[in-house]
Amino acid sequence: MTIKRPEPVQVIKQRRDAALSGLLSGVPYIGYLGITFDRRGDELTAILPFDEKLIGNPSIPALHGGVTAAFLEVAAIIELAWGTLWEAMESGQTDTPAANAPIRLPKTIDFTVDYLRAGLPRDAYARARINRSGRRYASVHVEAWQDNRARLFAQGTGHFLMPQPPGSPAE
Amino acid sequence: MTDLIRIARQFIEAIPHARALGMQFESLGDGKAAISMPYDPRFVGDPATGVIHGGAVSALMDTASGAAVMCHPTAPTSTATLDLRIDYFRAATPGQAILARADCYHVTRSVAFVRVTATDGDESRPVAAATGAFTLDRHKGTGP
Repeated sequence: MTIKRPEPVQVIKQRRDAALSGLLSGVPYIGYLGITFDRRGDELTAILPFDEKLIGNPSIPALHGGVTAAFLEVAAIIELAWGTLWEAMESGQTDTPAANAPIRLPKTIDFTVDYLRAGLPRDAYARARINRSGRRYASVHVEAWQDNRARLFAQGTGHFLMPQPPGSPAE
Repeated sequence: MTDLIRIARQFIEAIPHARALGMQFESLGDGKAAISMPYDPRFVGDPATGVIHGGAVSALMDTASGAAVMCHPTAPTSTATLDLRIDYFRAATPGQAILARADCYHVTRSVAFVRVTATDGDESRPVAAATGAFTLDRHKGTGP
C-alpha cells in the first residue's frame, strides 16, 4: 500500500488562484468597479480600491450608496459561487474550472443594505458569511469596513437563487 | 419645469458615479424622480447572458430615490441612504436602457421614505423594485 504524496503547495495555490481569477474575470461589472479579492485558503476578502468615479456626494465627499450596495452584492455572489467552485475543486471534479463552460452565478432574489456611516474616499473591504445554503436558496450576510474592521460602514443581507447543476430537472 | 430639468442635470453632473454610469433625468418634481441608464457592456454581471449586474440597477434606483427626496415639497437641503431593500424580479433584457421611477411618499422631520421601480422596454413587467429610508436635513426653522 502506497501513501499518496500531497501536492506541492505552489501547485495547489496556483490552481486555487486560477479558479478565483477565472470566476472574477468573467464579470465585466466587477472589473468596472475595480473590485479585487484577497484569498487566504478558502476565505475571501473583497477589496474596493477608491476611485473618483465611485463618489456619490462630492461635498462630503462620500462613496455613492449604489456603489456600496453593488460592492456588498458582488462580495455575496462571489462568496457563494466560490463555495461551489471550491467544493468541486477540492473533490477533484474540476481541475481547471475556469477553462470549462462559463461559471453559472447565483441570482439575487433580494438584497437589503444597512448604511451605518458615510463611505469615505478610501479603500473599502468586505467579507461575506453564508448563513444558509440549500439546494435552491441561499442566505448571505456581508459586512463592509474601511479603516477599522470593527467599525462597519455598511452591512447587507441577501437571498439568492442557486444555479441548478446541469442535467437537473428545470426549476 | 425646464428650469428644474436643468437643475436636475447639474445634480447628476455633480455626482461622479451617476455620470460614470451614464444616468439621465427623464422627469423630476414634487417628490418624484425618473432617471434612465443606457445599456453598457461594461456593466454586465452575467457574461453568459449579457444581463446588467444587479449592483448597477441598485445604483440607479438609489440615485433616483435620493433625487426624489431632494425634490420633495419640504425642500430638504441634503439626504443620505439609511436603508435600501431591493427585490429583483427578472433579468433586464440585454441591450435595453433601464428606467427607475422613484416616489418619496412620506417624510417626517428627519426621515424620508421612498418606493422605486425599475423597468426596461417592457413597462408591464418591472425588472426590480426597492424601498428605502433616507436621512433628511432641512433648513433650520422649517418642518412639521
